[in-house]
Amino acid sequence: MTTTQAPAHRSRSSSIPTILGKVLLLGATLAIAIWIIPALIALQQWLWVAVVLFAAIGIFVLYTTKRFIPGKYIFPGTFFLVVFLIAPIVLTFAYSFTNFGDGTRGSKEQAVSAIMGNSVQQAPDSPRYGLSVATAGDPAAGPYTFFLVDPEDQKVYQGSLEQDLTPVPAGDVTVEGGRVTEAQGFTILTMPQINAAGREIQQVSVKVDEDSAIRMLTANQAFEGTATMVYDEEADTFTNTTSGAVYTVQKVGNTDYFVDEAGNRLPQSWLQGVGGANYMRLFTDGKIAGQFLKAFGWTLVFAAGSVLSTFLVGFALALVLNDERMKSRRFYRSVLLMPYAIPAFIAILMWSNFYNRDFGLINQVLHLHINWLGDPTWAKAAVLLTNLWMGFPYMFIVCTGALQALPGDVMEAAKIDGASRLQTTMRVVMPLLLVAVSPLLVASFAFNFNNFNAIQLLTEGGPFPAGEYTRGGTDILISMIYRIAFGGSGADFGFASAVSVALFVLTGVIAALQFRFTSVLEDVN
Amino acid sequence: MLIRRKSFLALGAAGASAALLAACGDSDSTSTTAGSGASDGGASGAPAVDPNAGLVIWCDDEKAPAIKGPAEKWGEANGLTVAVQTVPGEDLQANFITANQAGNGPDLIIAAHDWIGNLVQNSAISPVQLPADASEKLAPIALSAMTYDGQTYGAPYAVETLVLFVNKALTDVAEPATIEELIAAGGAKGAEHVLSLPVGEQGDAYHMEGIYTSAGGYLFGKNAEGGLNPQDVGVGKEGSIAAGEKMKELGAQGILSTSISTDNSISLFTDGKAAYLISGPWALADIKKAGIDFAMSAIPGFEGMNPAVPFAGVNGFYVASQSKNAVNAQTFVNEIATSDTIVEEMFPEDQRPPVSLALQQKLAPEYPELVRVAELANAAEPMPSIPAMAAIWGPLGKAQASIVGGADPKSTMESAGTEISSQIK
Repeated sequence: MTTTQAPAHRSRSSSIPTILGKVLLLGATLAIAIWIIPALIALQQWLWVAVVLFAAIGIFVLYTTKRFIPGKYIFPGTFFLVVFLIAPIVLTFAYSFTNFGDGTRGSKEQAVSAIMGNSVQQAPDSPRYGLSVATAGDPAAGPYTFFLVDPEDQKVYQGSLEQDLTPVPAGDVTVEGGRVTEAQGFTILTMPQINAAGREIQQVSVKVDEDSAIRMLTANQAFEGTATMVYDEEADTFTNTTSGAVYTVQKVGNTDYFVDEAGNRLPQSWLQGVGGANYMRLFTDGKIAGQFLKAFGWTLVFAAGSVLSTFLVGFALALVLNDERMKSRRFYRSVLLMPYAIPAFIAILMWSNFYNRDFGLINQVLHLHINWLGDPTWAKAAVLLTNLWMGFPYMFIVCTGALQALPGDVMEAAKIDGASRLQTTMRVVMPLLLVAVSPLLVASFAFNFNNFNAIQLLTEGGPFPAGEYTRGGTDILISMIYRIAFGGSGADFGFASAVSVALFVLTGVIAALQFRFTSVLEDVN
Repeated sequence: MLIRRKSFLALGAAGASAALLAACGDSDSTSTTAGSGASDGGASGAPAVDPNAGLVIWCDDEKAPAIKGPAEKWGEANGLTVAVQTVPGEDLQANFITANQAGNGPDLIIAAHDWIGNLVQNSAISPVQLPADASEKLAPIALSAMTYDGQTYGAPYAVETLVLFVNKALTDVAEPATIEELIAAGGAKGAEHVLSLPVGEQGDAYHMEGIYTSAGGYLFGKNAEGGLNPQDVGVGKEGSIAAGEKMKELGAQGILSTSISTDNSISLFTDGKAAYLISGPWALADIKKAGIDFAMSAIPGFEGMNPAVPFAGVNGFYVASQSKNAVNAQTFVNEIATSDTIVEEMFPEDQRPPVSLALQQKLAPEYPELVRVAELANAAEPMPSIPAMAAIWGPLGKAQASIVGGADPKSTMESAGTEISSQIK
């Protein structure tokens, strides 16, 4: 920046709209930060608290001063890159070293309290008492006392966490409709009050005898039950009071569970770090390693085949419809865009019905008996055909646009030089067109490389040869890996994250190679 | 150019991971009919919970209109507001587990019983205590379905199972006693297809369960306490191989075909092309609309073998473990368990065979078919709700599809058994 420009810059930045804009931006930043940080703290999302704080401070430092001119321009892009790209990748990477998944989502404390809470069993043949929750103190804070009416003999009892079940003389309380409605020295809680203090009141158990206690069932009923699982915090063990079985923390696979002597484990576990176990499984599991290369090969064929076929068909149609001798070109162009306008998942389901061996449109119209989706080779053809149908309109649009942008004088020069139509197309139009569309071909390849929907909705990766469950005939990497990570015993996010990271690296390498290739193409021109 | 190229590279790589994450967020469509026990990621589409409501219920879009009115009426009577929120059925389980864990989930959900195992291992639901006379008032299958590891986790209200639909115009035998009789009767009057039973290219272990059990196949053995033992997988054992041989036979005869899937099985029957159909109460509306003169009966077994035991699914109400209105939720569930009022009010909007015996009697004159389904469900077996069930659907279905297509029953079933055991943790 030269000195002559500096005054102009200063006068620009101090105009009223600029200042207003700045104030609004900074105000909005502050407002959002103040609004969102308490919520994030409540959810204990410390990473995001740090991100928001960092961003807010960054915005203030950068935009309140006249310094850091390059920073002002770089910051917005960098910020969104970090939040939407790098942060998810870092999180995925972090999850790949844990056992995060079904049964291992929460903390150990949550698992322990769930095991205890879930073990309360209703005592057989015990009555359901009419319950009134009362307190001598504040209805919101307690301590709470239960007034209980036995439905059979209308006898009244009271009790609390400290006081075991005690009979109440009939004169001390008013009983109406099977419940105590008034008790001297106590406030009877209403249903909303009970609900508001639900967490504490649910902890109240009134001891009946050694192993049985009365607990709240609903706002006006109580039941007698026994917690059959008792946790010993010192020893970190659970004891089943009915069977006497003792559950200790043991590793099953790479995850800690409470397991008894007979090897039975409790279903609840918790989030734990497992080191490189997920990666070990990915690279050493014989089933996965053996099928990986085959799936990779078909993925390349599928992606390259889809790009090539859609481009050739799209280009040919664009050429034909670019010829001025064609009539009603507008109409044809609109019709050709139809497949593009139909949502992919509807189109694919329609096609999967077309391919049905006995009832499908294709076999019926052509009087064939091809097992389209049941034979691995035909299924591959079916997948490519469907993807061609869905993909060619895109190439058609792109090529039409590029063709219309070609300079007319080049074509005229070719004509004057005596080139035939074919020669003009192959030697002049094609190279010029490729310069414009090759980045799109690369993008299309990358898209089809991970075209999960095309495979999953049409064939679900099938057909599967008898006895083969890891990789079906049309499985590309992503659909195979999806099945491995989620098809088995519940969701396994830790393993899925490890797979994501591996695939991320692989795609990165392929993308780098592609750009090497396209830059060669650019150098030619 | 250099910068552009690099950012392009980053974009491509990010695209890959985004695609996988998106794939991960997708629902597990390999077993949608059966309602897989697996849950997956992504809390997308989960509604924000109204903090002022005294009770928040999450359910799918079929049940939401039915429960809304009755639940609000109950709320009014108890002086609180009830919010019913719709979550797409395929996202409900995953969204509920994630939201509940984060402390912003609902108080109640309505779902099928086969989710219980996964909800329990994720500490997502609290037990409920049913009244002592529940065993007299409710169909026995409803109670056994709601029981997991000896504890009751939900208040049941509706049951469904697979039955045999008979097109009386295409066959004279409305209640075939065996599959052999069904085949003979279905072919006698020249119907295009004897039996419409969905198999599909990926197999359909849910619809095939009757045939599988009749020939002696089982999924999980029982442990000492009467629960299911995930370490004892029946796939690949003797009975399953016998079942495989029967499936191969039926496939060779053209009775079973991978061309028939859940996409076209019901329409084959309603178009008058199939004499028999194996499907559930959800097919009733289409069949009636098509004006087919039909009958319903139990799915028959093979001659001289076991009776066919299809799966039953029981819908119920569950209390969220992190519910902010746990007392209201327990009170509501207790109301469902002790009185038929709310379930009866739900019925007109979303007709499901009830589990309450009194309600069955009351509805029988007007809805004989639905009540018949509820009766037939008593001979069914609740779909296993243990999380290991998620490992069954894929391999068993694929093995069955291969066998119907002509593969060797013994080696295929055994390989499926090995695959399933390797998936169970």
